[in-house]
Amino acid sequence: MNSADPSREFFHFFRKSQLLNFLFKNGVLLGALSILGVTLLIAVQLVIHSHLPIEKFGFSFLWKTVWDPVGEQFGALTFLYGTLITSFLALLLAVPIGLGMAIFLSELCPWWLSNPISFMVELLAAIPSVIYGIVGIFILVPWMRNSGEAFLKSTFGFLPFFKGTPYGVGMLTAGIILAIMILPFIISVSREVLLAVPSTQREAILSLGATRWEMIWVAVLPFARSGIMGSVFLALARALGETMAVTMVIGNRPDIKLSLFEPAYTMAAVIANEFTEATSDFYIQSLIEIGLILFVVTILIHALARLLIYSVTAKFEGRS
Amino acid sequence: MTSAFAIRRKMINYFMLFLTGLSSVLVISILFFILGYIVFHGIGSFSPAFFTHLPKPVGESGGGMANAIVGSLKLMGLAGLMGIPLGFMGGLYLSEYGKKNVIGFCVRYAADLMNSIPSIVIGIFAYILIVLPMGHFSLLSGGIALGIMLIPIMVRNSEEFLKLVPDTIREAALALGLPEWKMVIFIVIPSASRGIVTGIMLGLARISGETAPLLFTAFGNQYWNRSLFEPVSSLPVMIYTYAISPYEEWHKLAWTAGMVLLLLILGMNIISRWIFQKRLG
Repeated sequence: MNSADPSREFFHFFRKSQLLNFLFKNGVLLGALSILGVTLLIAVQLVIHSHLPIEKFGFSFLWKTVWDPVGEQFGALTFLYGTLITSFLALLLAVPIGLGMAIFLSELCPWWLSNPISFMVELLAAIPSVIYGIVGIFILVPWMRNSGEAFLKSTFGFLPFFKGTPYGVGMLTAGIILAIMILPFIISVSREVLLAVPSTQREAILSLGATRWEMIWVAVLPFARSGIMGSVFLALARALGETMAVTMVIGNRPDIKLSLFEPAYTMAAVIANEFTEATSDFYIQSLIEIGLILFVVTILIHALARLLIYSVTAKFEGRS
Repeated sequence: MTSAFAIRRKMINYFMLFLTGLSSVLVISILFFILGYIVFHGIGSFSPAFFTHLPKPVGESGGGMANAIVGSLKLMGLAGLMGIPLGFMGGLYLSEYGKKNVIGFCVRYAADLMNSIPSIVIGIFAYILIVLPMGHFSLLSGGIALGIMLIPIMVRNSEEFLKLVPDTIREAALALGLPEWKMVIFIVIPSASRGIVTGIMLGLARISGETAPLLFTAFGNQYWNRSLFEPVSSLPVMIYTYAISPYEEWHKLAWTAGMVLLLLILGMNIISRWIFQKRLG
């Protein structure tokens, strides 16, 4: 037995676990890197598989309203419009309510109540999109047709947004469903951000004689502002890409109309509806390009959201 | 002495605080409203046949969604096979080696991005990757789509739970002469196991309700699925197709399927929460 025996050397190395350490660490690293890889692969594949319409239409794809699979003329503007309007409506409805609830949870709610309520908000986030969809078609749409939209029409009918026939399906209904779906994100992220504001901030202004609300308004909200904006953008990213519930209640008609009662179409909905029916390569690639636009837009908005949230939580890190 | 100004301040205070409370009540009541409606409409067709029979053609009453339930389980199993190990490795890397370095930042960011990619775009990706080359819809492509959605959820959950293991335990293990890999496998992972199980359950609950990426990958099937390379039906897609169909009978089944899916998801959420709280207690 001499120490120069190569196999013995090898086992020595093995026993010292250097090799295993090395293998383990790099194996885990490989797993982690494959996640990066998948993300990149998604982006690359989307671009490759939408090259036909990209080459043919260029940027005009974004502002053409025609959607004619037979004549192979495609433009995404009607879908962009529907997506943006419904998402904007959703934010309009969800932000005040969500922020109100976040303030309640972080500032007023007694601790024994706060946990179960937060759990319920989590449950709201756990309900799948398709279930919001069936509640949408069978409950909300008939209600909107018979009461909701009729009421809006008779009260605010002088505004162009509330003119026209109350179909039930349409942008307003889709906006309401989306609002319910994004509420949990706004609530939980805003609550987190509000809780990150140091309590010295609150104590200082209370000791000056401020009321509870003045404390929230003057000493808490301004400090959490960018983080709250972040939660709003996060919710917006969700709303833009939301598919099933919107597809089921928006009416699926590629039109640009001012009235919120009118049926419309969104980017996600057109992909969901037409992807399996698309016969030509060109048609399918146009749908993939819509997916690509959706991908790019959500990534940009998401990046902005992260940046804003990070700016608040990093500012107060280590202080409390 | 209270001036008019002070009274006004107080009134505003109470009013605004009342509004925050009101919005909370509103949100909670929306939750109960949805749950209530689903149970109210779904309970009607809830019977053993729902779990044991295949869907019947339009016009014949009865029938169930046995194939969709099994299909959903198959899809989740396949997604788990792909998403759990990959996501877990990502989380492990982040908590053990990549807390502050550049690769760690990139992986964390990629996971966050992936989490925000609309599910329908993931569906397109799986379509390009599997369905296009193979030429037909399949269980495999649906499973991969859901697996990709599971990865980022697993990364963040396992990172969070692994980080909860105190560093002193890691240091103690290393001080006793354990190599790093043994420390991670035999000390850190078991300490975080309950949390990781919680994360897996939450992740599976999340993807079990996904519909959009399945529409053009797993597609749907009126019969039993027999292989990886055949289309498969799943509960969410069945809910969608039945709900938008014009038949009253199918609408009822859609409600029941919705109730079953919701029970499954809420059950997994509650159990995972219970597992995790037992850990803390």
